[in-house]
Amino acid sequence: MKNQWPLWEVFIRSQHGLAHRHVGSLHAPDATMALNNARDVYTRRNEGVSIWIVKAADITASHPDDKAELFDPANSKVYRHPTFFPMPDEVKGL
Amino acid sequence: MHAQNNVGMADTGSPSASSLDEREARFQSRIDDGIRVEPQDWMPDRYRKTLIRQISQHAHSEIVGQLPEGNWITRAPSLKRKAILLAKVQDEAGHGLYLYSAAETLGITRDQMVDDLHTGKAKYSSIFNYPTLTWADVGAIGWLVDGSAIMNQIPLCRCSYGPYARAMIRVCKEEAFHMRQGYDIMLALCAGTPGQKAMAQDALNRWWWPSLMMFGPPDGDSVHSAQSQAWKIKLFTNDELRQKMVDQTVPQAEHLGLVVPDPQVKWNAERGHYDYGDIDWEEFYNVVKGNGPCNRERLEVRNKAWTDGEWFRDALVAHADKQAQLATAQAA
Repeated sequence: MKNQWPLWEVFIRSQHGLAHRHVGSLHAPDATMALNNARDVYTRRNEGVSIWIVKAADITASHPDDKAELFDPANSKVYRHPTFFPMPDEVKGL
Repeated sequence: MHAQNNVGMADTGSPSASSLDEREARFQSRIDDGIRVEPQDWMPDRYRKTLIRQISQHAHSEIVGQLPEGNWITRAPSLKRKAILLAKVQDEAGHGLYLYSAAETLGITRDQMVDDLHTGKAKYSSIFNYPTLTWADVGAIGWLVDGSAIMNQIPLCRCSYGPYARAMIRVCKEEAFHMRQGYDIMLALCAGTPGQKAMAQDALNRWWWPSLMMFGPPDGDSVHSAQSQAWKIKLFTNDELRQKMVDQTVPQAEHLGLVVPDPQVKWNAERGHYDYGDIDWEEFYNVVKGNGPCNRERLEVRNKAWTDGEWFRDALVAHADKQAQLATAQAA
């Protein structure tokens, strides 16, 4: 095969109300075939009620070397979590 | 190019020896800490190459593994058995696809892997070079071959490479059905006529040793073991897994009223394991080298399927190109 089929990433929603989740990838010549193949490869056991496919080339990802720069600042901001604030036991509804 | 790996692949410049050592040490300490390696992360070349070999061989095994059983789809003894076998063989195709995708995140193309399989350059599990002579073989394969595969694969769900571990979780869930359907076939045969039971025994006789060989050479002769264990892409040794398989399978055979074809199989209370006899490694290496009963046939069938399907793949591409052109023309 000279021109390899593009790669598609597959996302499946497991039940109504839950977000689509990445389950894997596959090659297909176009979006319709990618959807058909995703159905056969990733939903043989009632795994989903909805499928999204996205061309892998269209995904923009963060660079692993930027991990510290992007995510470390959140570490020093524990006050963003409700557990940071001690509350008196006797006061209800907080 | 793969969305998950385009960054990592570019990241293979030639740093000085000391910084490379440092990087490797950091890589190893992350693995020791149980942090998963993801496609974009830096990894030593040998780790990448070893994984490509391991995952692609695994994928090829799933694909070629369809052939011995596919052989019985049209001759299954009932509609129910036929539907079950079809579902199982379809699963194997799916497993191959999950694994090819995982290997691709390391930078090898699908085309390259398919080509390596078809030219005979790549290896697959040598168990699939044995023939399926009777319906009982379908039972024995599910019970023993898939049983060995599960034994090998469950630890890999915790391996250090993220995409491989995630693929293995899916595969293991589905393999449990494969093993049970195999044992179910054996149960039915062993509860049947004396002829059917003899057929089951014959299948066990032929598949027992090759199933134990599936775990690979004895630990002393295993080439890649130590490094792979340090990298956590191999979590138990070949002999440890083989012993587990024997311990699990002997009582299962007894329940069927069948006898494993090894007079040295005996419970060893001191070790807490079954002892078993010597494996004929000469046979194993002979099959690996390409001289098993079905090596040539398997590759011929794969190549024929690939060639016969070429017009269809071409048609799909032609259709996709035409639709894309139409869409561009309409937009203009």
